[in-house]
Amino acid sequence: MREEKTIDIDFRQGCKPGDMVLELRNITKRFPGVLANDHINFDVKAGEVHALLGENGAGKTTLMNIIYGLYQPDEGEIYLRGKKVVIRSPLDAIALGIGMVHQRFKLVPSLTVAENIILGLREGGIIGRMKRVVERIEKLSEKYSLQVDPSARIWQLSAGEKQRVEILKMLYRNAQILVLDEPTSILTPAEAEQLSLLLRRMATQEMAVVPFITHKLPEVIATSNRVTVLRRGRVVEEIRTDQTNPRDLARKMVGKSVLFQLKKPEIAPGDPVLEIKNLRALNDKGIMALKGISLTIRESEILGIAGVAGNGQSELAEVIAGLRGVLSGEIIFSGEDITGLSTRRRIEKGIGHIPEEYMIGVVPDFSVADNLVLDKYFEKPFSRRWGLDHKAVERFAEEMIPRYNIRTPSKETPAIHLSGGNLQKLILAREISHHPRLLITNLPTHGLDVGAAEFIQNQLLALKLEKCAILLISEDLDEIMSVSDRIAVFYEGRITGMVPAAEAVKDNLGAWMAGVKL
Amino acid sequence: MDTIILIMQAATLFIFGTMGEVLSQRSGVLNLGLEGMMVVGSLTGFAAATLSGSPWIGLAAAMIAGGLMSLIHGFIVITLRQSQVVSGMALTIFGLGLTAYVGKHFLMVGAPPRVPTIVSGITPLLFLGLALVPLTWFVIYRTRFGLIVRAVGEDPEAADTAGINVARVRYICVFIGGMMAGLAGAYLSLAYSPMWREGMTAGRGWICIALAFFSMWRPAMVLIGAELFGGLWILQFKLQGMDIPVISSIFTSPYLLMMIPYLATVLIVTLVMSNEKLRKRIGGPAALGVPYERSS
Repeated sequence: MREEKTIDIDFRQGCKPGDMVLELRNITKRFPGVLANDHINFDVKAGEVHALLGENGAGKTTLMNIIYGLYQPDEGEIYLRGKKVVIRSPLDAIALGIGMVHQRFKLVPSLTVAENIILGLREGGIIGRMKRVVERIEKLSEKYSLQVDPSARIWQLSAGEKQRVEILKMLYRNAQILVLDEPTSILTPAEAEQLSLLLRRMATQEMAVVPFITHKLPEVIATSNRVTVLRRGRVVEEIRTDQTNPRDLARKMVGKSVLFQLKKPEIAPGDPVLEIKNLRALNDKGIMALKGISLTIRESEILGIAGVAGNGQSELAEVIAGLRGVLSGEIIFSGEDITGLSTRRRIEKGIGHIPEEYMIGVVPDFSVADNLVLDKYFEKPFSRRWGLDHKAVERFAEEMIPRYNIRTPSKETPAIHLSGGNLQKLILAREISHHPRLLITNLPTHGLDVGAAEFIQNQLLALKLEKCAILLISEDLDEIMSVSDRIAVFYEGRITGMVPAAEAVKDNLGAWMAGVKL
Repeated sequence: MDTIILIMQAATLFIFGTMGEVLSQRSGVLNLGLEGMMVVGSLTGFAAATLSGSPWIGLAAAMIAGGLMSLIHGFIVITLRQSQVVSGMALTIFGLGLTAYVGKHFLMVGAPPRVPTIVSGITPLLFLGLALVPLTWFVIYRTRFGLIVRAVGEDPEAADTAGINVARVRYICVFIGGMMAGLAGAYLSLAYSPMWREGMTAGRGWICIALAFFSMWRPAMVLIGAELFGGLWILQFKLQGMDIPVISSIFTSPYLLMMIPYLATVLIVTLVMSNEKLRKRIGGPAALGVPYERSS
């Protein structure tokens, strides 16, 4: 099985735009209980950006991992410029000119940019010639306008910079096919736009072929020449981008036509539920993250917090949930000072929390049923004297799974096997079923597909009918503007602007997010 | 002058054992089996040297024995992905038990052929230990292999994605660590105190593990730590020989004095490990103790 090991394909020679470069035929991949890829056909031509679109769990990441040699397909073949290849490892993929930029960056935080770029390369035994490496990196960054300091350490970089390092890493390896998994999910809108431009330029100038995987529709339209839509492991459509529109693609992606419709209940805000006065708190690195935050949320009101990640929003959520200490200031919940209360007491008082990452919100190895009662296992009917009533826990799970449309093989399945959207639904089911008076939601739809995101947004809106106050932290301005009643913008630990959602103008919000005073 | 030589001789053992452990931990594998591999090295070295008549063959045999033993640990924690703590402890118990049993035959053999000295009781091994310090530094910070080891210990997933065989790198580092432990053990039985006695390593392996943390995985700090503990080791003997009437006999009890290096170990490990800020800043291997498995 080693005969196809060395394949010398020089893409630059005799490769015209439109030439078939990579072709996947009938790719099938099974995981226990899931058919992740079901006879998928997918091809990439030189000079184009081919987007792969699909919901979470549709099989995009699996397919990309197959292209990159992290998984072996159970069935099907991969052809590179007409030659059949077997990609056994990322090393094989790199040797074949396939570079991958993962959703989560694969960079070693304590190493420098240059060290990360040459990591795994076979050139040179001793890194005495680091200077040459740095020179080549600088040349590449100039050519593709990917500014980054080669001697900086990864942990010092922003998300956008890390992504540029990942792309440089692949270019340094002479990648001709660049695969990007959800490339804009951690970028600011401006950075995302920049990336979109960059990818298009790379595709046309250098014959670098870029399949671009995402579920963000406007980006697909803006960046790609062709789109393949995946749903539940199957290709449902392959179409030229200029022959389609976002609504059409969305419908094909989720398989139903009701979309972009939020049911906003008409209900006036009531009494204040949460009052925060002059709150100051540190972040994990010991730097001031909240520099005197004051805000109020009322019953049946959704306060949206907009801002670029890392401006104190997550710290605010943690402080209210009781996961982070305060330096000064007060947190008043229903007229009572809860600044010093434990997280458990806050939960009992009716504060729900949907954390930033769904893996933090669940115990990955616990079953779906157990995860559903994490915040109430100590209450009746789940707790009886000394033990748990497993029957009650199971009954509760049987009720919640269909109600919140959690797609899981069974209630006993460990949470770790669920996709992101379903985990988020699980967490939402758990928090809402506790009838919170205040729900803190940090990026509740982040990384979710359109269908799951809309479901969650509608659930949040429905909570207003139960007089729940909601703090919605989001980086998605469209979400903030369509879901919240009022919007506060965070910049460097301060609120730079606060406005009723009905009067909000996107440009103004954007300016506040950038710290511009209006 | 004599005291300094004595200290350096005691320190050489710590350098061997700790440097191997540092490399292993740099790749993300904690090997608590050091004591076991070391004592197996002591016996193997002693036996091979006695039977062959050459101390060099003894040293080589000890390194091979230590290396082979470390592969057991490697197989359990790298291939089978089991707990590094449990496996390492088991290895130590196994090594001590095995040598106690097999070693019975070598108890009355007498002195083995010792490693020859160059000048006044100094063996070439002492210089080898000193040379290892810059050598290991160079390997870790200036070679491609070192870069790979650091990456694997810090973020094995990133390393895997870069096409690095995480398991192979870890096996290599664990194996070298085992060979170094074997060398340390043979240094003890063929040069430092040429004889075989059951459990003769007397906890030195554990001290090496503590030193690995104390050194913050930096070769220069390994040297400093090893000399410091070599000093404490000698101090304990010196104090025992002195008659200090002022202090009551409790404090001059040989048993209490023998505790000094171990107490210092506990203190240092507590200090280093409890200081979260320090740990973050020095950037120890983030994936230390975590088995690596490709996730979906």
